[in-house]
Amino acid sequence: MSGHENFEYPGLNLGSAHPDTHDAAKTTVFGFWVFLMSDAILFGLVFSTYVASVHATAGGPGPRDLYDIRSAFVETLLLLASSFTFGMASLAMKYKHSTARLVGWLLATLLLGACFLGLETHDFLSMIAKGGTPERSGFLSAFFDLVPLHGLHVTGGCIWLVCLLGQLARYGLDSRTKLGILRLALFWHFLDIVWIAIFSVVYLAGLA
Amino acid sequence: MSAWAIVQHPLGRLSMHSLPFYDMLQNPTTKHLVNGSIAGFAASLVVLGAIVVVGLITRYRGWRTLWCDWLTSTDHKKIGIMYVVIAFVMLARALIEAMLMRAQQAWGLGGGFLSPDHFAQLFSTHGTIMIFFMAMPFLTGLINFVMPLQIGARDVSVPVLNSVSLMLTAAGAMLVMVSLVLGEFSTGGWFGYPPYTEIAYNPGVGPDYWIWSLSLAGLGSTLTGINFAVTIYKERAPGMKLMRMPLFTWAALCISILMIFAMPPLTLATAQLALDRYLGFHYFTNGFGGNMMHFVNLFWLFGHPEVYILIIPAFGVYSEVFSTYSGKALYGYRSMVLAIMSIAILSFTVWLHHFFTMGQDADINAVFGIASMLIGIPTGVKIYNWMWTMFRGRVRITTPMVYALGFIVLFVLGGMSGILLANPSIDYQVHNTVFLVAHFHNVAVPGVLFGMLAGYHFWFPKAFGFRLDERWGIFSALCWTLGFMLAFFPLYALGIMGLPRRSAAYAQPAYVPLEMVAFAGALLIGVALAALVVQLWVSVRHRGENRVPAGDPWDGRSLEWSVSAPPPEYNFPCLPVVNDRDAFTAAKEYGTAYREPGEYADIVLPRNSATGPLLGASGFGIAFGLVWHIWWLAILCALLAAAAMVVRGFARGLTRTIPAAEVRRQHQGWLAVVRASVPVTRADERAPANQGLANPAVLRETS
Amino acid sequence: MNRAGRDPARPEPSRGRSRRIAKVRITRTLLRCLAICVVPLLLGACVGDIHLSFLDAQGPVAAEQRWHFYWVLGVMGVLVAGPIFLALPFFVWRYRFGNRQSKYTPKWAYSRWLEIASWGGPIVIVGVLAYFVWLDSHKLDPYKPLASSQPALRVQVIGYDWKWLFIYPDQGIATVGTLALPAGRPVAMYLTSATVMQSFFVPSLGSQIYAMGGMVTRLHLLASRPGRFLGENTMYNGNGFHQQKFTAVAMSPDAFRAWVAKVRTTGVPMSARILGALARRDTREQLIDDLPGNASRAGTVYLTGVTPQLFPAIVRATRDGSPMPLQHVSGRAAKAAAAPAAPRARQAR
Repeated sequence: MSGHENFEYPGLNLGSAHPDTHDAAKTTVFGFWVFLMSDAILFGLVFSTYVASVHATAGGPGPRDLYDIRSAFVETLLLLASSFTFGMASLAMKYKHSTARLVGWLLATLLLGACFLGLETHDFLSMIAKGGTPERSGFLSAFFDLVPLHGLHVTGGCIWLVCLLGQLARYGLDSRTKLGILRLALFWHFLDIVWIAIFSVVYLAGLA
Repeated sequence: MSAWAIVQHPLGRLSMHSLPFYDMLQNPTTKHLVNGSIAGFAASLVVLGAIVVVGLITRYRGWRTLWCDWLTSTDHKKIGIMYVVIAFVMLARALIEAMLMRAQQAWGLGGGFLSPDHFAQLFSTHGTIMIFFMAMPFLTGLINFVMPLQIGARDVSVPVLNSVSLMLTAAGAMLVMVSLVLGEFSTGGWFGYPPYTEIAYNPGVGPDYWIWSLSLAGLGSTLTGINFAVTIYKERAPGMKLMRMPLFTWAALCISILMIFAMPPLTLATAQLALDRYLGFHYFTNGFGGNMMHFVNLFWLFGHPEVYILIIPAFGVYSEVFSTYSGKALYGYRSMVLAIMSIAILSFTVWLHHFFTMGQDADINAVFGIASMLIGIPTGVKIYNWMWTMFRGRVRITTPMVYALGFIVLFVLGGMSGILLANPSIDYQVHNTVFLVAHFHNVAVPGVLFGMLAGYHFWFPKAFGFRLDERWGIFSALCWTLGFMLAFFPLYALGIMGLPRRSAAYAQPAYVPLEMVAFAGALLIGVALAALVVQLWVSVRHRGENRVPAGDPWDGRSLEWSVSAPPPEYNFPCLPVVNDRDAFTAAKEYGTAYREPGEYADIVLPRNSATGPLLGASGFGIAFGLVWHIWWLAILCALLAAAAMVVRGFARGLTRTIPAAEVRRQHQGWLAVVRASVPVTRADERAPANQGLANPAVLRETS
Repeated sequence: MNRAGRDPARPEPSRGRSRRIAKVRITRTLLRCLAICVVPLLLGACVGDIHLSFLDAQGPVAAEQRWHFYWVLGVMGVLVAGPIFLALPFFVWRYRFGNRQSKYTPKWAYSRWLEIASWGGPIVIVGVLAYFVWLDSHKLDPYKPLASSQPALRVQVIGYDWKWLFIYPDQGIATVGTLALPAGRPVAMYLTSATVMQSFFVPSLGSQIYAMGGMVTRLHLLASRPGRFLGENTMYNGNGFHQQKFTAVAMSPDAFRAWVAKVRTTGVPMSARILGALARRDTREQLIDDLPGNASRAGTVYLTGVTPQLFPAIVRATRDGSPMPLQHVSGRAAKAAAAPAAPRARQAR
């Protein structure tokens, strides 16, 4: 296997230590990149809807009345940390550390993801308690399109992670599980990047 | 939603009122009787059709075959065929609707026989079906069948995903069919502009049917786009470089990229409209900071690339057709590739020309007008290059060629009206009139539909092993062409005379004669469709004398013609090695065609999977539950869909192996058939002597 | 065709004949189509006394559009369609399968000069057309006031389901069903919708423009001479859509003054009740049935006492999703401060 072939798709390549999975990953992971591209377009459009609607408060509460920057900051830290733990999990898989270590890092990621979701839900509830419901204005509709869409993605990622842990328990680290972890890793880091955009465009810009 | 509500209304808002003939029985005026009868007849057609199909399958004990060989199949060829079947069924429905509309307008001076509401449903379903459930399945089906064969692959990259896409599209189509029987469809046209489609103006189930059928189809298309793109990037046979791919495959690549980028705006627009309608959000409402222009922008950000998603595959078909039936290499291959690629890219830069009249700056209008015209440049190049392909060729007038020639003539006219519309100052006059209707039919019918029908005739023998009847084929093609001209040229004039599109009736007697001509054209198109049905019937009856088992009935040029007809499920006994464009022509010339491979190897194929049908069924259940507010059904089906995906994740052992010996047996059997066939020259192309072994023109003429 | 294939003894003549027949048939039908399409256009563009089409232009905007239309059509016809329509039948005939005399070059697939020509030709044509697109888009921008020695007449247009309300704010009157205009004097229109999106269009005078709830769009028109023109909504908005027509009537300045005076004397005062009737999803005929008997003359509703504040108030009410504040309805209550300007479609973009 030449060095050139190791970089047929961007992201963490499994390399020559996993010959079968590496070949399958060429198409599967490439396909997942293409999916992420499509998903990125979706997020881009939701962002543009948000930016175009940010002043359409229709006399209702605006960003300053509703956003809690501290909470959003903690969420950012949680998600960044979860990206780090997932990165450690990927490395554990690539260099064939023990499965227990891989599972440990994955569980840490899951925990961080769940904390993020919990905190985000709390944010939404407190916004709604302050009268910031999505029915109130175009601005709030756009907010509740963008941020919960990311949250839904994270929820989906968590469920996927649980399924992968189940597959790990059932089949061990076989080729399909490895492919699943490779793809979920991409998905997770992608959501991290989207969150950073949300933190900047929604929270920082909204309160600036 | 309380538990009590579910017990009280287990069927949501579904009730006796949802039946199409209910109004007629409650309030039997003439108008209600006419409309109720038409709607009731259509509904009973759907129900009867379903009963007959179920009955026939049961009678011939076909359920097992249907489930094991078709519905759960992951074979790209079978999936392609199923797509095309959906397309034809939906074509028939949407065409009948078109004829009803033309009849209504022909007698529309002062009223007509349909109620305005019924008429509005007709134009909405007609447009929605033709775009999402006729053209899209047709081209997806053709690409599915042909593209992997053309690049020398065993299947698409993710066969199960392919089956999922098919079933989601089928679910969407089914939802539109169900809307004939239960409730009504949207009256907002195929683009469903809010605020008209908002709950405030349209509280019924119509827009919901529209939203969810589009969502299902759009999701299916997104997944298809990803699958095709990955397949073309990753599954090409050795030596099949990008610049050696047949033009049809290039077209497939272009539209998969378009699908990946252009479907998200549609998904978002319909999802936001759904949030507005179901949860009281304010994206597109008049008040509370909503803005309908966001929808219009999002929709056409999808809608214009969509136009090219539809037409580029047809361009691909025409490239194959012109080159094959002229017995010549395609002229200007590089230009052709460059042209479709530039069309694909430019298609993202012109969406605003769908609403020049919204009141934006003259600068913006001018920029988008010029961008729209730019698309005329690569399109013009393509037309010229097809003509240069015929130049110094040996042009055979076969059914696909009749479509292709009709396409060039009509498409040039459609393109001209397109350039007119790209001028904002002229668009201000003809926008939203039937001139616009004439224009987009003038590009969509000869462009998309003729292309798909040409492809259907071209590849039918490859898929089923026998040729279609030429006489009926050409008759049908001529009826399509003439019918088209009669039906749509008058609309140009009517549009210039100020008739708005979507008018159920009018008050100007001057419109009547032109409307009558258009109606006659619609009837002729109906004859064309009937001729296609007869052709299929006749061809199946006479399939014995039209068999082409050797697989190359037209002296084809690309790899799909190098295998048997129908092809084996693994496509190629061993993957071909490609050295040139027009790989099969080259092989025939150098005598490397029909060779036996040095050694055979085991072939690994994916097993059948129920994931696709399960996701399709649960997708339909979710959509139906949401339309009728049957929440428990929607939730149940959502859980079912999630479970299907989780189970799929846990599944192992998803492949099966065809042993080398079996491959050898099948391949040698076919090679024996090939050796027993007599090579025919093109003069005998339509004679029973044509068993699919060509005496290549290149060899005869140059030796 | 199939018969020709089955009988190898004489394949060519029969194939050729049926093709010829098909071709003659196509040509004949084409000619017939053309005749059918063009004749009513020329004769019927002005039907009865109503002008329908911009090809029968009654004002400078439509006349300019007509010229532009013919010009682009001519350029395209001569430079694009003409050569293709001549070359295509020639190629098909000359290089038909049965013709053994024509040259056959199965592998020829590239010529530099042809490439340059087939890219260059369209580029030049589109380049020229693009230049005119730029000029005409600006020249015919519907937001641009028309040059005239006379001050423009202001008209505020509100789209309802399924009728148009025309307010003459400077005259204090409003109508439904007839848009009266002084011939020779520009008209400056402000458009909005009190309901779903609509598109205002008087083809023989000029451009159409969308009318949208909560937003104001602009349109400038001018009728060169007295006449009656078809006016309509072209954006589908429900069951009464096809009945949402009106007549634009251009009259001499004196006649217009007389018309305004007539509306003032015979019209009924604008009221909350009338505004409510307008907002119902009804056609003009149904509206007239709802109104007091003296409110309409020959299908037109005449209203008096309409303040300039009504239009912005309706824009604001639609935008905020709140019910129409009634103090703007009658003239006496018009002392309320003028509503702030609504966002223009252009700005909201």
